[in-house]
Amino acid sequence: MTAGAPVVDFRGVRYEVGGRAVLRGLDLSVAAGETLVLLGRSGSGKTTALKLVNALLLPTAGEVLVDGRSTRDWDVIELRRRIGYVIQETGLFPHLSVARNVSVVPELEGWTAERIAARVDELLRSVGLPPDVFRGRRPRELSGGQRQRVGVARALAADPEILLFDEPFGALDPVTRLELQKQFLALRRTVRKTALFVTHDVREALALGTRIALLHDGRVEALAAPQQFLESTSDEARTFLACLDWKLSA
Amino acid sequence: MRSSLLHDVLAMTGEHVVLVLIALGTAAAIGIPGGVWLSRAARLRGPLLGVVNVIQTVPSLALFGFLIPIPYVGGIGKRTAVVALVLYALLPILRNTLTGLLSVEPAVLESATAMGMTDAQRLFRVELPLATRTILAGLRVAAVTTIGTATIAAAIGGGGLGVFIFRGVASVDAGLILAGAVPAALLALLADGGLGWLEKRLSPV
Repeated sequence: MTAGAPVVDFRGVRYEVGGRAVLRGLDLSVAAGETLVLLGRSGSGKTTALKLVNALLLPTAGEVLVDGRSTRDWDVIELRRRIGYVIQETGLFPHLSVARNVSVVPELEGWTAERIAARVDELLRSVGLPPDVFRGRRPRELSGGQRQRVGVARALAADPEILLFDEPFGALDPVTRLELQKQFLALRRTVRKTALFVTHDVREALALGTRIALLHDGRVEALAAPQQFLESTSDEARTFLACLDWKLSA
Repeated sequence: MRSSLLHDVLAMTGEHVVLVLIALGTAAAIGIPGGVWLSRAARLRGPLLGVVNVIQTVPSLALFGFLIPIPYVGGIGKRTAVVALVLYALLPILRNTLTGLLSVEPAVLESATAMGMTDAQRLFRVELPLATRTILAGLRVAAVTTIGTATIAAAIGGGGLGVFIFRGVASVDAGLILAGAVPAALLALLADGGLGWLEKRLSPV
């Protein structure tokens, strides 16, 4: 593991909803600059874990530390402004243009108009959308892949320290998905941020993660870099890895 | 004789418009913030909408009658008329504000929160702009019904175009009834068209 204090630290985190435990004692440290993939089936608690980082949810027991401070002690507004959040449904604001969508957080942070305009163009270019074409478009005028690119640009806008991705490419067709995964890797090389990436796709986890945390029944079942993950002996990991070999037999 | 009737019609139309505007303005001032509040108070939603719904079902002439003996709001005159009209206009405005706010996509709301918007920022930058069209549709329904209902206000001394209608009914004078009914119908059409146009203009999506 990388040296230095973890940027995000789950300590004995338990989360219950309606008497059902979604997370049962989650311990996990995310180091500065790494992309930690949370891999798991539906209901394994990976999305819940992500929402505990930006305090959309608070743990029932245990704590989540961000920069050494518990999410309970953070001013939530301040905490969320330094965390970018990308979700599968994108959650773009339908009444705002692409440019205005991207500038939401800089506007909230009181940037000047010139600085915002320059930043919007820079970001649109970095996610592969020519600014002159896309600046003024509305979300409904975009394809799924373009919307997701705008979502990524919006999350990066105010240069947050941490990025959270909740199956961002899950609803895209395979060709577009591959394109965005490649773009993600390219972006990772230039933008060094701490990222948590939720997916149920083992292929995506292996391709994008610097480390993979396999969640099963609300706990970390395996934690390893992609190369080591391939050799993991845990049952759940073998089940996921079996998906890689699966072929349609005639 | 003719020119004095025309003069009276214009005067009463003006009075009618003022009555309707005061009632609509008050109903919007209560209904829109009320709808915002109900969108955040799930438990009160059912009972409160129920009460407003029941008010809506009371026949208008009866409601005017009920209000007369009530101190402060009642009596004979414009004040009672305005109170009754506000009670009627409230439901469509309240209900549409609530519907508009509740129909904003959950993912959009979650994004707004996750980006670090305060509750007020989320309301004014995201929720209300997205609900504008539905709120305006509620105002439009309220405006059209208030213009019609306001003619009955004349029965309790509220004035307006209803004065001609009641007088015409009493004296079996179709011309006099039309002098009240035609301008009221035209006002309703105008309000419907105008607010409908605004609804399309301001539609954000």
